[in-house]
Amino acid sequence: MLFIDYSSAFNTIISTKLRTLGLNTSICNWILDFLMGSPQAPAYHLVLEGILILWIIRLLFSKTYKLQERSDLTEKEKEDLIEEWQPEPLVPPMSKDHPSLNYDIVTGPPSHKIIVNGKECINFASFNFLGFLDNERVKQKALTSLRRYGVGTCGPRGFYGTFDVHLELEDRLAKFMKTEEAIIYSYGFATIASAIPAYSKRGDIVFVDEAACFSIQKGLQASRSFIKYFKHNDMEDLERLLKEQEIEDQRNPRKARVTRRFIIVEGLYINTADVCPLPDLVKLKYKYKVRIFLEESMSFGVLGEHGRGVTEHFGVNIDDIDLISANMENAVASIGGFCCGRSFVIDHQRLSGQGYCFSASLPPMLAAAAIEALNIMEEDPVVILIWFRFFIFMYDLVNKYFQIDSYSAVKSVIGEVYAPALHLQLERSSGSRDTDVRMLRSIVDYCLERQIALTLARYLDKEERFLPPPSIRVVVTIEQTEEDIEKAASCIREAALAILK
Amino acid sequence: MPPSMTESSANKLVNGDVCHRTANGKKSTGRNGFVKNHCLFQQPQQKKYRRPSEKNNHVVRSTSLYNRPFVEQFEETPLLVAVLTYVGYGILTIFGYLRDFLRNWGVENCHVARERDEQKDFVPLYQDFENFYTRNLYMRIRDNWNRPICSVPGAKMDLVERTSKDYNWTFEHTGKVVKDVINMGSYNYLGFAENTGRCADNATGSTHKYGVGVGSTRSEMGNLDIHEELEQLVARFLGVESSMAFGMGFATNSMNIPALAGKGCLILSDELNHASLALGARLSGATIRVFKHNNMVSLEKLLRDAIVHGQPRTHRPWKKMLILVEGIYSMEGSIVRLPEVIALKKHYKAYLYLDEAHSIGALGPRGGGVVDYFGLDPKDVDIMMGTFTKSFGAAGGYIGGKRELIDYLRSHSHSSIYATAMSPPVSQQIITSMKIIMGEDNTTLGAERLKQLSENTTYFRRKLREMGFIIYGNNDSPVVPMMLYMPAKIGAFGREMLKRNIGTVVVGFPATPIIESRARFCVSAAHTRDMLDTALEAIGEVGDVLQLKYSRHHDFPSSLGPWSSAESLLLEPSHVKPSCHITN
Repeated sequence: MLFIDYSSAFNTIISTKLRTLGLNTSICNWILDFLMGSPQAPAYHLVLEGILILWIIRLLFSKTYKLQERSDLTEKEKEDLIEEWQPEPLVPPMSKDHPSLNYDIVTGPPSHKIIVNGKECINFASFNFLGFLDNERVKQKALTSLRRYGVGTCGPRGFYGTFDVHLELEDRLAKFMKTEEAIIYSYGFATIASAIPAYSKRGDIVFVDEAACFSIQKGLQASRSFIKYFKHNDMEDLERLLKEQEIEDQRNPRKARVTRRFIIVEGLYINTADVCPLPDLVKLKYKYKVRIFLEESMSFGVLGEHGRGVTEHFGVNIDDIDLISANMENAVASIGGFCCGRSFVIDHQRLSGQGYCFSASLPPMLAAAAIEALNIMEEDPVVILIWFRFFIFMYDLVNKYFQIDSYSAVKSVIGEVYAPALHLQLERSSGSRDTDVRMLRSIVDYCLERQIALTLARYLDKEERFLPPPSIRVVVTIEQTEEDIEKAASCIREAALAILK
Repeated sequence: MPPSMTESSANKLVNGDVCHRTANGKKSTGRNGFVKNHCLFQQPQQKKYRRPSEKNNHVVRSTSLYNRPFVEQFEETPLLVAVLTYVGYGILTIFGYLRDFLRNWGVENCHVARERDEQKDFVPLYQDFENFYTRNLYMRIRDNWNRPICSVPGAKMDLVERTSKDYNWTFEHTGKVVKDVINMGSYNYLGFAENTGRCADNATGSTHKYGVGVGSTRSEMGNLDIHEELEQLVARFLGVESSMAFGMGFATNSMNIPALAGKGCLILSDELNHASLALGARLSGATIRVFKHNNMVSLEKLLRDAIVHGQPRTHRPWKKMLILVEGIYSMEGSIVRLPEVIALKKHYKAYLYLDEAHSIGALGPRGGGVVDYFGLDPKDVDIMMGTFTKSFGAAGGYIGGKRELIDYLRSHSHSSIYATAMSPPVSQQIITSMKIIMGEDNTTLGAERLKQLSENTTYFRRKLREMGFIIYGNNDSPVVPMMLYMPAKIGAFGREMLKRNIGTVVVGFPATPIIESRARFCVSAAHTRDMLDTALEAIGEVGDVLQLKYSRHHDFPSSLGPWSSAESLLLEPSHVKPSCHITN
């Protein structure tokens, strides 16, 4: 066997050379000891190890090289990809005769008499329930305000966009609704859509009625909360969901302690024209400790003896409702919306309501118009009563024609006796939504010809969570006379007979 | 679908909420250094370590795209000031905790509204910590915001005097009025906030004719002839095929972006975009990526990566990419680098959504916004969005673009289907003011206002800079942010200015980064030279008292005026001094 003998390799050189390097003796001896005392290894062993190490090094290098080649695109390839990529068009092409492209053009005020496409009609389409749209008093107040403040506010509420009129309107709304505080928004749609995400955050749970309007849906989407839909006005279904949640909570009590829950309902549903069972909801609220948000755009100024909405209608204590939101674009016939409730709840929106903080405030003349409308409602609750009487009359008429009449097979009416805007739907769908819409549209056109202005209820078919069936929306206002209503009802009937058969 | 189905509508969007930020300092050049040959805008040589305050320094890399000098400054925060600002917040936070502790034990009176007794056992509506900032920081200086006004928000305004006996928890109106406060806060760029004159007269006329409300949506029975007239005029004003008007500026963004982008689309959004753009992007369900403010390198990197890598996880190609930018950024006073954005968008086949909330009317020789300012073709911007609140003294917003786009929005925009149409007198105000700007009233009133605004802007910005304040933004932007930095100075500045009868806007966190609190002035064409001088004098005085003159660039070439100085820099880039942040 061959040994490499270190001792013989070094013994002659070191002892002399190291001395000449100027190292002292003790260090020299230590080095010699170290070299000569090291264990002896067989040569083949060393050779093998050497080869092994070299191979490992090669492996390491070759591997990284291959990885890089596989994953990274060269610049040329990237350029080709960029060259190749073709985006979809910004908007899909649309046919020129799409039904929603040709809006009816209204000239003049959209009040009782309305000029649609050059033809004077009786208005059964605008949400001008109390007839404030063309009211002289309201107009005068708006003009006084215009002459004082100009039109725009040129700023959000925080930055010199708060006018004394806004504060007055908030105060008046709070007093009118008998709540602690009210907050106004400059756009009806943005009101509830901003209010919901101000409270309900990611991880919170919201129980919503299926028929909830689009702005509620958008508010929910912005909130990123968990959403549980219950069947429209079905308290048993809601209670089932609440119970399920209760069981879930018992399983994870720590999480349950920080998960806020809300029930969001509409006072009077715009999509179905019926009223929510508020007293039952309040019972459920306390039973399951859930907060209630109520959207009253259709019911504010309409339901209740003084027009305070569903709470007054059912005699529910308004403090039991955590937040009430409504727009001022229907009964009040101005622009904008408001939320009201206890200060503890409402005040939070002044810094957290996106549509409140980041948007220009309501033009003062529109706020002034809303104040005057409130004045009239307060001075003269009879306005609402008269309206109510008319509505019952209308409802009876429509019922008479379309439900009791033997021709009723073609149409059905949804809505309650209190609803100011009811929906006429097809009794039997043709099977295709497009055809249904076209048929209803021909009824609307037929009536327009005969000076009755109606409108289809419009929806974004693809965006709605639960798309309501197509319908014609008939709005009853205080300005319509009995003859008007009778004329409208018979006209719709004629049209239905002629078109639907 | 089963009605009881539980879903988290929002969680679908979680993906879209992930904000991918690109670090500015990161090398964008690939390992092999080829990238720079392909990118439109090269990564400039940058110092490796930069202080955060330097992040916004703007360097124009492709000067050939600009037909005019582009001067934008963001002076670095002095180190001592930054440290003191953090110390200030530290002290406020410590005291905040202390006082919360005292309130909790009933030693200090708590003015916060309380939950009803009946609902005490509900899950708390707010988390304890949630309102810490409001309670302990905002409340101390709350009197600087929401100041009620009782006149036209014109060049001068009247404020309702209010006092507080409980340290700003509640306010009482004394019944007195603070008269003739010079208004440096309203977005009244062209001075159309007026209660006399042609605008007000015409608005009166249309109130008589139509009333104030509409009571229906555009697609149902709320499409008035005045709306059609307005939209045709807006299209003409913008130089686009068609346009649509909406009742609220905020909602114009948040309700129309979802109609334009959806799942499988990529939205590239500037980090300082307005909340409405962010909300719109979120509601759309598209993936959102955020690029550094006005930083074209960052934007280009995102665009390249998006096309090369496709969608996350599935690696499918994106359906489309939408770039969201604003014309003038309202908190920075900066102007978007539109020529570069357009070059990028064309090269990478993205779509461009330009929000001209502050710039429409306020920029450009004809008041046509940033597109007009840079002398570009409006057809290069796919979606021209803007508001009527500011320059036109009205309310609402618009979207302009190709006919197909607007037709699509008419039938698919949330706003046109579900929201009440615009109020007629408001529409009339826009029509009249827009016609005046366009000179269609056969006067030169509009042109004079545009000229006045641009002169006022240049004058006001130059004077402030000469006094030694740190002023952010573009030299031509009528939005003038002046740095205050420290939290205590926010309140002090606002109050001191009001004492001198000048109304200013002060902003702090969360509207700005935590150490970059600032005051903001909005210059208007309605301001006379006298008013500006009065305001400047007061600002100088308060600046001395509060020691706000932080700027260390006293060599600003004021005698040359910003234009000529910028031009010389533009021609000879080598003249750019490293200390001077006017880079061109």
